[in-house]
Amino acid sequence: MKHLGFVAGCLLATQAAAQTPVLNVYTYDSFVPEWGPGPAIEKAFETKCGCDVVFTAAGDGAALLSRIRLEGERTEADVVLGLDTSLIAQARATGLFAETDVDAAYDLPVAWSDKTFVPYDWGYFAFVGNAGEDHPTSFRALADSDTTIVIEDPRSSTPGLGLLMWVKAAYGDEAPEIWEALADNIVTVTPGWSEAYGMFLDGEADMVLSYTTSPAYHVIAEDDSSKQAVAFDEGNYTQIEVAAKVASSDQSELADRFLAFLVEETAQGILPTTNWMYPAVMPAGGLPEAFEQIVAPGKALLMAPDQAEAARSGALEEWRNALSQ
Amino acid sequence: MAQRPVAIGRSLGYLAAALLLTLLGVPLLAIFLRAGGGVLPGPSDWAALRFTLTQASLSALFSVFLALPVARALARRRFPGRRMMVALTGAPFILPVVVAVMGLLAIFGAHGLLNTLAAQVGLGPWRIYGLHGVVLAHVFFNMPLAVRMILQGWQGIPSERFRLAAQLDLSPGGVFRLLEWPMLRQVVPGALAAIFAICLASFAVALILGGGPRATTVELGIYQAFMFDFDLGRAAVLALMQTALVAAAAILALLVTRMDGSGTGLDRALPRWDSPGGWRRLADVLGLIAAGAFLVGPLVAVALAGLSGFGDLPPGLWPAIANSLIVSLLSALTTVIVALALSAAQSRVVQGIGLLPLALSPLVLGTGYFLILNPVIVPGRLALPVTVLVNTLMALPFSLRVLAPAYVRVEADFGRLADTLALRGLARLRWLLLPRLRAPIGFAAGLAAALSMGDLGVITLFGSADRQTLPLLMFRLMGAYRTEAAASCGLILMALSFGIFWLFDQGGGKSNA
Repeated sequence: MKHLGFVAGCLLATQAAAQTPVLNVYTYDSFVPEWGPGPAIEKAFETKCGCDVVFTAAGDGAALLSRIRLEGERTEADVVLGLDTSLIAQARATGLFAETDVDAAYDLPVAWSDKTFVPYDWGYFAFVGNAGEDHPTSFRALADSDTTIVIEDPRSSTPGLGLLMWVKAAYGDEAPEIWEALADNIVTVTPGWSEAYGMFLDGEADMVLSYTTSPAYHVIAEDDSSKQAVAFDEGNYTQIEVAAKVASSDQSELADRFLAFLVEETAQGILPTTNWMYPAVMPAGGLPEAFEQIVAPGKALLMAPDQAEAARSGALEEWRNALSQ
Repeated sequence: MAQRPVAIGRSLGYLAAALLLTLLGVPLLAIFLRAGGGVLPGPSDWAALRFTLTQASLSALFSVFLALPVARALARRRFPGRRMMVALTGAPFILPVVVAVMGLLAIFGAHGLLNTLAAQVGLGPWRIYGLHGVVLAHVFFNMPLAVRMILQGWQGIPSERFRLAAQLDLSPGGVFRLLEWPMLRQVVPGALAAIFAICLASFAVALILGGGPRATTVELGIYQAFMFDFDLGRAAVLALMQTALVAAAAILALLVTRMDGSGTGLDRALPRWDSPGGWRRLADVLGLIAAGAFLVGPLVAVALAGLSGFGDLPPGLWPAIANSLIVSLLSALTTVIVALALSAAQSRVVQGIGLLPLALSPLVLGTGYFLILNPVIVPGRLALPVTVLVNTLMALPFSLRVLAPAYVRVEADFGRLADTLALRGLARLRWLLLPRLRAPIGFAAGLAAALSMGDLGVITLFGSADRQTLPLLMFRLMGAYRTEAAASCGLILMALSFGIFWLFDQGGGKSNA
C-alpha cells in the first residue's frame, strides 16, 4: 500500500504542473545540484519562456546517452545536455536527435559546423599537480620521471576516455609504447573523476588527470592557489560539451529556444564558475580573473567525432594490453 | 497482507522463492530480448573472469579464517564493551564503498598512518595497490560479516552443552571436536559462499586498489557494456556468467555443509564455564585487539576527515537525509518480510536461491526493470518503488543468511511443542517465531536498513534532480571539487547507517550477542 501511495503522489505531482508547457532536459549529474549551473540556468530561462524546465540527472555523459538509448522514442526528454565530442558519433548513430538552426559566434579551439549538437562549454584535459613542484611537460618526460599519477578508467569515465584519445591523437601508432612507458608512473586507475581527484588531494599521487580549469576552482572557491595544471608539449586534448534536441520531442520549438538560450550571454556567464569550463561564446564581461591565470596549452588536440569513434576500441585494447602486463 | 490469514509454512517459503527467481530472472530476460541475443565473451572478459575468481576466493578465505579466532574469542569471553564490539563489527560492512576506500587509504595509503609510522623506523614505503590491496579491502568489508555469522553459530550451541563440557572437564581440543567443529561445518561453508559472492560483484574497490586494468572484474565489464558501449547483449551474458558463479558457490556450500545441528537445549543463557585460561586467554585478547584496530582504524580516519567540512554542507542535506531514511526503512521492512517468508521454507535450496541476488548488480536489475517498465510508464515515476525493490533484493542474501538458520533452529527446538499446542499460521508467527527470532530479525533489519542507506542503487537510471539521497549528494559534492563537504557527508552517512543498524540490532534484544 505504501508503494501505491508514493506512486500516486508522484503521478499527481507531475500532472499538477501540466498546464504550463514543460521542457524536459536530461543532463549529467554534476549539472543539477544547487551549486551547479542547472538551477541558475533554469531560473533565467523560465523568466523568458513561460515554461517549466525540469532537469533529470543521469550519471555522467556516457550514462546519459545510455539512458536515452534505453528509453528510445518513448523518452520524455526534449533536450539532452551533456554529451561530449567523444560521444557525438554514437549519439548521432542512434537517430534520436534532430537538427536545429541554433548558431553563434563560437570561441572554440576548433571550427564548429555541426547542425545537431550545440556546443555550450569546453575545456582541456590536463595533469594537475601541486604548484611549485617541477612537473614533466610531455608524456615522454612523464614516463621518464618518477612522478606518480592517478588516472581514470577509459571504460567507465569520460576523462579516462579523453586521456586515451589524447595519447592516440598525439602519438598514433606509437601510443602502445607510451602507455607501456607510463605503466610504472600510474599509481592506480579509478572508475571516475571524483575518486581520482580525491586520491590526489589525499596525497596518493603527485598528479591527477583532470582539467586545466581545476586550479581555478581552488582559487575562486577556496582562495587556494596551491594547484597547478600543466600544458603538455604535444598539446592538450580538448573536450567540447554539447546539447541537442530530441527528435521525438513534443516541445520542438521550446527546445530550439532553450538551445539558443544556452549559447547566449546569460547562460554563458553562468557556466564558467558553476561547471568550471570555458564558455563556448565569450561573455561580454570576459572571464573571471582566476580563469585568465589558467595555463594555456600551445596546441589543442581533438579527434573528429567519427575518427574518435573509429579509434576507440583499438586504442582501448592497446591501453589494456600495455597496462595489464 | 496483514488482513489475510496466511499459513506460515513451507509452501509460503517456496512461493517466496519462486517470486524471487521471477524478480531476478525477468529483468535478465528483458535485457536479452532487447539485445536480440547474447554476445560471446571476448578474451578480455575471460581475463576479467580469472581475476574475479582469484580475488573473490582469496577474499572469502581470508575473511572467514581471520574471523574464526575473533568469533571464538567473542563467544567464550565476557568483558566490558563486548556488546559494543559485536555491534561495531557490523560497521565496515555497511559503509558506502567510496567512504570505506578513503578510510582504508588513510591507514594503508602512501601517506597513510602505517607508512608514516614505518618511515619513522626506516621501513617502507608499502604500496597497497595490487591483489593484496583488493583482498585487504575485501577482508575489511567482509570479515565483520563472517564474525557475525560464525558467532551466531557459536551462540546457537545450547548452553547446556558447554556446561556439560565444563562438568566433564573437557580440554579445549575436546570442546572443539565435539561441539565446535560440527557447528563450524554447518556455518563456515555458507559464510564462505556468501562472501565469495559479495566479492564477485566488486568493481570500484577492485579497480582502485588493484592498481589498474589487471584488476578488472566482470562487474566492470558489465558497467562498461551498459554505460559506455551500450552493448546489452554482452552485458547480459556477463551477468549470466556472474550468476552461474554465485550459483556454483551456493551449490558447493550446500554439498559441503552438514546440517547435524547441535540438538535441542532449554534456550537459557549461561556463562561459559569452559573458557580456557593461560596462553589461550592471551591469544584471545590479542586477537580481539588486532581485529578491533583493523576495523576501527579506517572508521576513525573517515570520522576525522569529515569533521572539518560541516560548515560547507549544502541546504539540500536535510531532504537528502529524509529521502535516504525513507528508502532505508521501507527496504528494511520489505527485506525482513521476504526473508522471513523464504526462511519458512526451511530448505537449504531456498537459502541457496537467496544468494543469487548478489550476482545481479543493481545495474543489471535496474536496467532490466527499466526495459520492462518503459513501454508502460515513464520509469522515472516509479523511482521509489524500484529503488526499494532493488535494495530489498540486494539486502536479502544477508538478511536471509541471518534469519534462515535461526528459523530452522527455532522450529527444531520448539516446533513440536507448537504443533502440540496447534499453533498455526499467524498465531505461530506471533507467539513462537517473532519472539524467538527477535534478535536475528533485528540484526537482519539493521543490515538491510544500513545497506540501503549507503547504496547508490539504481538512481542513475531512475533518479531525478529532486530525489537526491545522501550517497548521491556525497558523490555530487565529490564531483564538484567539494571534497571536505563530501567527507562530512560521508561521516553523516556512516553515522546514520551505523545508528540505524545499531537501533535495530539493539531493538532485537538481549538473547543474542
